[in-house]
Amino acid sequence: MTSLYARRRRRNMIAKGLSLLATLFGLAWLVVILFDLAWEGLSGLSLQVFTEMTPPPGAAGGLLNPIVGSLILTVLAVLIGTPIGVLAGTYMAEYGRYDRLSSVVRFINDILLSAPSIVVGLFVYEVMVVPMGHFSGLAGAVALAVIVIPVVVRTTEDMLILVPDQLREAAAALGMPRAVIIAKVCYRAAKAGMVTGVLLAIARISGETAPLLFTALNNQFWSTDLNAPMASLPAVIFQFALSPYKDWQKLAWSGALIITFTVLALSIVARALAASRKSA
Amino acid sequence: MVDVALQGGAIGRGVRSSRVRALDRLRLGDAAFALLTRAAALAVLAILGGVIVSLFIGSLPALQAFGVNFLFEQRWNPVTEKFGALAPIYGTLVTSFIAMLIAVPVGLLIALFLTELCPLWLRRPIGIAIELLAGIPSIIYGIWGLFVFAPFLQDHVQPALIAAFGDVPLLSDLFAGPPYGIGVLTAGLILAIMVLPFITSISRDVFDAVPPVLKEAAYGLGCTTWEVFRHVVLPYARVGVIGGVMLGLGRALGETMAVTFVIGNAHKISASILAPGTTISATIANEFTEAVGDLYTSALIALGLILFCITFIVLAAARLMLARIERRLG
Repeated sequence: MTSLYARRRRRNMIAKGLSLLATLFGLAWLVVILFDLAWEGLSGLSLQVFTEMTPPPGAAGGLLNPIVGSLILTVLAVLIGTPIGVLAGTYMAEYGRYDRLSSVVRFINDILLSAPSIVVGLFVYEVMVVPMGHFSGLAGAVALAVIVIPVVVRTTEDMLILVPDQLREAAAALGMPRAVIIAKVCYRAAKAGMVTGVLLAIARISGETAPLLFTALNNQFWSTDLNAPMASLPAVIFQFALSPYKDWQKLAWSGALIITFTVLALSIVARALAASRKSA
Repeated sequence: MVDVALQGGAIGRGVRSSRVRALDRLRLGDAAFALLTRAAALAVLAILGGVIVSLFIGSLPALQAFGVNFLFEQRWNPVTEKFGALAPIYGTLVTSFIAMLIAVPVGLLIALFLTELCPLWLRRPIGIAIELLAGIPSIIYGIWGLFVFAPFLQDHVQPALIAAFGDVPLLSDLFAGPPYGIGVLTAGLILAIMVLPFITSISRDVFDAVPPVLKEAAYGLGCTTWEVFRHVVLPYARVGVIGGVMLGLGRALGETMAVTFVIGNAHKISASILAPGTTISATIANEFTEAVGDLYTSALIALGLILFCITFIVLAAARLMLARIERRLG
């Protein structure tokens, strides 16, 4: 009896130890990656990075044009993707909560949410770059918008479903038509959650590289022309990191640090927003 | 509506008609809004349809030229325009397999720690930290893998693996060759780090959903924490866990940038997992903009179509399983 008991206890201790180890293992990667990023990125980070263009090999320079390019692409993608996402989420939560179309869209949307982003790039290449005959910033923005949509659809639907039906009923009792109820009551009640969704979507696309490679391509020079190839931070990191030039690799690390910092800040803000809504 | 009523009252005559007009306007706006949201919902479906159709049309030339053989042909020669997808498909499957081999047990153990062992005040911070790991963009994993992780493996881990398994039959083939640093194993390990947060957070959620009564009953019988986890929590949460694992697998199969940096982009199938290889997504990312000729481009798009089909099946299965456990809870 005692030996069985001892064996069970020993096995339990081993399992507990392993699970603690696994957790430390998982956390260690986060620490190591962030530390390496800060170590390699901070040494190259200076004002120059934000004020000068990408240099030719061997010269000093910065990341101004890819930073601006990334900002333009992100803003445009959010402007295109958010309205579609919000409206689709609205349909699923308000008009067709229990109908067949909603459940199909929900299923497809969940798949799009984790579909490989490189396939999105190929899709936009086929429908925009080929007909237009050249790579363009606009195509890059559309590719990113395709990634924004499922994120926004999901959070919008989830947040609208959380809005208590009593609010809708009270508004309807005042004689408001449905569209006004949704716009003036439901959206307002779900605002924090919906903003969280958009922030998460921005965090998601600000590091996306694969869909930009064959849509916005890249640009060595300053360009804000949406009809021409446009530089973006991830694409420049990809090009510079794989180059043999030390200066370029250094800039790639700085770019990586900027992106990671942005993404982490966005997701922490989004989390804080979501948490404040929950406690309220 | 209130101001409409007041307006109508003040005017007196024509109350009816102005009210009818206002109501008509509201009804029209309502119908238009409903239609608009419906159109947006349909647009989501259209995106999926558009992806499938455009990839299919784009890959037609390659599919016509090579037929089913495209799937089983190892050669990938842009000069003679002979293309086969076997090497990238093999690389995709092997790297994902390595990733899941590591990430599944580790992810489940972390979820066990978070749900059963961790002090309450630590639960949220650790959970958030693990989820931040999921938020780091894949290109960051790529640059880190290339400059930090691959050299580390090359200097410290791979020589030890070669020395340890060099004399063991079978395993010696698996760990053969010089330690390049980059290669199939490195890509698999990076993928493991990347999918770990997905598996952890979904497993944690389904473990949390196990009714406490079940666990308490088992504890009441004198079960240890491990026995409760192994014989009560895991069986109850099985479907959800498998769903979470498949979701992680879908990510691993489609992951592009992190893999592109560290796999070495070699179109061959080697027995050794230390050798460079390629995956579907890495091939597309590396070669697409440099592809000359319609057949080359088309072959790459066909690769994309294959990738989309594989991930679609995996993700659909994952979602159906997760939906099943949600229904049981709801």
